[in-house]
Amino acid sequence: MAEPTGPTDSHWPLWEVFTQGNVGEPFEHAGSLHATDAEHALQNARDVYARRGEAMNLWVVPSTAITASAPSDAGPFFDPGNDKAYRHPQFYKAPRGIRVF
Amino acid sequence: MATLRGSRLYSLLHMTTTIRQLPADDPAQVAAFEALIAAGESIEPKDWMPARYRSQLTRMMSQHAHSEVVGMLPEGNWITRAPSLRRKQSLIAKVQDEAGHGLYIYCGTETLGVDRFDLFNQLLDGTAKYSSIFNYPTLSWADMGVIGWLVDGAAIVNQTVLAKTSYGPYARAMVRICKEENFHKRQGYEICTVLANGTPAQRAMLQDAVDRFWWPSLMMFGPSDTNSLNSGELLRWKVKRKTNDELRQRFVNLTIPQAQALGITVPDPDLRFDPETKNWVFGEIDWSEFQQVISGNGPCNRERLEARRKAHDDGQWVREAASAHAAKRARKTEAA
Ligand SMILES: [Fe+2]
Ligand SMILES: [Fe+2]
Repeated sequence: MAEPTGPTDSHWPLWEVFTQGNVGEPFEHAGSLHATDAEHALQNARDVYARRGEAMNLWVVPSTAITASAPSDAGPFFDPGNDKAYRHPQFYKAPRGIRVF
Repeated sequence: MATLRGSRLYSLLHMTTTIRQLPADDPAQVAAFEALIAAGESIEPKDWMPARYRSQLTRMMSQHAHSEVVGMLPEGNWITRAPSLRRKQSLIAKVQDEAGHGLYIYCGTETLGVDRFDLFNQLLDGTAKYSSIFNYPTLSWADMGVIGWLVDGAAIVNQTVLAKTSYGPYARAMVRICKEENFHKRQGYEICTVLANGTPAQRAMLQDAVDRFWWPSLMMFGPSDTNSLNSGELLRWKVKRKTNDELRQRFVNLTIPQAQALGITVPDPDLRFDPETKNWVFGEIDWSEFQQVISGNGPCNRERLEARRKAHDDGQWVREAASAHAAKRARKTEAA
């Protein structure tokens, strides 16, 4: 059997694909793919992740360009936002019978 | 090296080293992991996971991805012979979807730290497994209808449950796939409906296709729970959410009324409705046939792999051209 030779597509850089379903909506991570460069990545992203009008717009980002928080540090990392009940409206009392909202 | 790498021996060596290298898991980490699973949380690529969870997922997901890719072949076989432009369009779109499904799942396996190149080599050198159903021939146009109805139908039952699997990237790929599978099943059932309402010859062709694909479709859910080595562990880790037999029963219950609506029968003299359990009870599956096909001796195993290797080799110039084009453009940008 012939051994696959030369460049193989899985050794091309990895790109993360983000799709915007409709104008005004946020971009959402759709998946990833391999491509030689950004333009190639965009074309492949269209064929793989937008065959049925799932996207109005596409972003492709080199996976290596993404810095992510570490799940193991999630506790201390997000801690500053977790103990501040006073940032939520429910923290505040309103007099009975008054519609605040 | 080149010949060693492509050989069955290489893969076997490779597999044994991988197994030997599995590190012993820290019991405290395992306990924390299992607590997460019990709480219904999903596991993400950067989370700690037992080596066994990682290897089981790699096995399952790569087999699934291979099945999507090989699954293009039996139907690709009928694209040029589709009876109308409408049918041809649908079939091309469906086959293209299956290529996409393969890609979604291969990408998922890469989040587990494996290289798609290695997985693909395992498929091409015949050491990887894929769904046994694709090793049966597609002999008539009715097979296109019956594959969409039964084979994609069975895949939907399986994948709807997998969409709730504990590994996040796999679950998300399944959600995307399930949306597309509905089109696959409907286009297949439509073909069956037209044949069922057609000439006696068309009805006979449909019945013949169902007779050939019925039992292999039931085998798609894998061995019976009593003989499934991996089931216990996979259920505990919520990789699987239902057993093979539960899914098979669900499929039969969904499908028999659809067969009745077409006015055709399934080739099972023992089939009967049990009013107590509300299940369609079916006869004994021929597991020796399943074992034969899975171990490489089905009617089309050789042909499928040869077609896959040829497609891979024929695509080589496209990959080379894409690399050369990107290199040329990079040089131009540098010069500018
Ligand atoms: Fe599929
Ligand atoms: Fe499908």
